[in-house]
Amino acid sequence: MSDLEDLYREIILDHYRSPRNSGELEPPAHKAEGFNPLCGDEIVVYLQLDDDNTIADIKIGGQGCSISQSSASMMSAAVKGKTVEQAQELMGSFKGLMSIADKGEELAEPTPAEIRELGDLAALRGVVKFPTRIKCATLAWNTLDQAISETQSAD
Amino acid sequence: MTTPDFAALKKDFPILQTERHGKPLVFLDSAASSQRPQQVLDAMDYAYTHAYANVHRGVYGLAEAATNAYESARLKVARFIGAPDSSEVIFTKNATESLNLVAGSWGRANLGPGDAVVLTMMEHHANIVPWQMIQAEKGFEIRWIPLGDDGKLDLTELDTLLDGAKLLSVASMSNVLGTINPLDQLIEAAHRAGALVCVDACQSVPHMETNVAEMGADFVAFSGHKMLGPSGIGVLWGRMELLEQMPPFLGGGGMISNVTTDGFMPDAVPSKFEAGTPPIVEAVGLGAAIDYLESIGMDAIRQHEIELTAYAMRALSERLGDSVTIHGPSEPSERGGVLSIDLEGVHAHDVSQILDSHGVAVRPGHHCAKPLMKELGVNATARASFYLYNDTSDADALVDALADAQSFFAP
Repeated sequence: MSDLEDLYREIILDHYRSPRNSGELEPPAHKAEGFNPLCGDEIVVYLQLDDDNTIADIKIGGQGCSISQSSASMMSAAVKGKTVEQAQELMGSFKGLMSIADKGEELAEPTPAEIRELGDLAALRGVVKFPTRIKCATLAWNTLDQAISETQSAD
Repeated sequence: MTTPDFAALKKDFPILQTERHGKPLVFLDSAASSQRPQQVLDAMDYAYTHAYANVHRGVYGLAEAATNAYESARLKVARFIGAPDSSEVIFTKNATESLNLVAGSWGRANLGPGDAVVLTMMEHHANIVPWQMIQAEKGFEIRWIPLGDDGKLDLTELDTLLDGAKLLSVASMSNVLGTINPLDQLIEAAHRAGALVCVDACQSVPHMETNVAEMGADFVAFSGHKMLGPSGIGVLWGRMELLEQMPPFLGGGGMISNVTTDGFMPDAVPSKFEAGTPPIVEAVGLGAAIDYLESIGMDAIRQHEIELTAYAMRALSERLGDSVTIHGPSEPSERGGVLSIDLEGVHAHDVSQILDSHGVAVRPGHHCAKPLMKELGVNATARASFYLYNDTSDADALVDALADAQSFFAP
C-alpha cells in the first residue's frame, strides 16, 4: 500500500463523504470552535452531557479537508455514549497514535487494546507519515477537549 | 533586445534539478517564497567566505568591505525600484516588518480618534493586523474597500471611503486572486482626499517593472525572498520628508547618533530605522537577485508570466471544465501568475497532498487573507503561482495532477 493510499483509506473517505453526527445542538449544549490556522480547517463541536457526565449527544459542524472532517466524524461516533473520562482516555490513545505526547507525558505508543478501542479511528494512523496533516487529524479532538473544559468550568 | 530563453533558466536553480517522491520538482509556490539561482547562492557564499564582518564603524579592511557590499545592495535596490534617493531604502526583515514599521512609527505618531485608515478586502494579514494593533492603542477607524466583480475592487464608493482618511494602505497585487489593483487611480484619489498611500508591493515587485517615483505612493513595502533573494530581508521605501519626521521603530545599536543616561538621539534615515546588526549577507544576496532579474528584464518576465498564466487557465478549463474554479480576474493581462483553484469535491488540503505525490508544490489554505476568503465564501483554496523559471511543462504537470486528484476522490 502506498503512503498515499495509507493516508486516504476507504473508511476515511467514507466518513468524509457521509459524516456521522453532523449538525448543531441548541443550548444548553456546549459549543467549542477549533481552527487550523495553517490550512483554514474549522471544526465546531456541540456537546450535550447528562447528569452522570456521559456524552448524551454530540454534533459536528465546520468545514475542512478529508482528514479533519473524517477524524471529527469518527471521533463523534467513538465518544457518543461514553463518559467524559472515557472520552479523555480515548483522546490520549488517539494522540499516542499520532505520536503526540500529551501534557508533558512521555510519548507512548498505544497498546493493542487501546487500538482496538479506537475502532475506525485507527485507520488514521497513516497520517503520521504526513506530519503536516497531524494537525488536521487532531483538530476535532482538541476542539472536543475545549468543549469538555467549558462544561467543567460552567458547573 | 532579444527574448530571453526562459526554458533554459531552470538550470540556474539547483533546487529545481531535484526530485520529490521520485518525480521532478514542479515548484508552483513562488507567491509564498521563490527559489534562488546559483548566482545568488554564490554571492552569499562569497560574502561569508571572503568579505564578512559587521557593517558600519569598523575601520579594518574586512569591515569596510562588508559595509561597502551592504551599502551597494541598497544602491541596487534604489535603482531597481526607481527611488530618487538611496537613503529612502530601509532594509527590514521582510515586507511584514516594513508594514509594521509604517503602522508602528508613522501610524502611532499620526493616528488618533476621529482619524481613518482605508484598507481593501483583498489585503494580506500583514497589511491588516499591524493596523488593527495600532487601532487598539489609538482608537481610529478602519474602512474597507469592498470586493467587486471578477476579483477586482469595487471603487464606486472610493471617494466616500477616502473622505477624511489619513492613509490608504493597499496591495499592488492580490496574493490570492492575482488581481493587479489600479494604483494610479487609487493613489490619485487618496492624495486628492489628503491621505497618504502605503503600497504592499510584495507580489508585484518580483514580477513586473516598479518605479516608486512614477507610482507616486508614499510608502512601498516588499520582501527579498519572493524575488529570488534570501529570506530574512525586506525593504521599506518611503518619501524622505516622511521618514525624517517619523520616530524610530525599533531601538538599539546602529540607529542612534548619541545615547546618555537621560535618553537618545536617533541617527539619520535610513540608519534610524535599522536597529541592531542588519541582514548583511541577505542584502548582498538581494543585490545579486536584482542583478539576475535585470539581466533577464522585468518586462520580459511579466510577458512570460502573462503567457504562462493564459496557457494554464486555458489548459485547466479544457481538461477539467466546470469542476474547476479559478478565483480572480479572467483576463490574464489583468492579473499576476497566481491561480487560486477550487476543485469540485476535493478540499484544497487534499488537492495539495495528491499534487505533492506528483512532485507538484502548491499551497493550500487561506493564504493569510481570511477576510477575503470569507468574502469569496471559501475556507481554503489550492494556490499555484508561477515565476520566471516555470514553463508550460509545469502547467501541464499541474493539470495532470489535478485530474488525478479528482479521480482519486471521485465517489
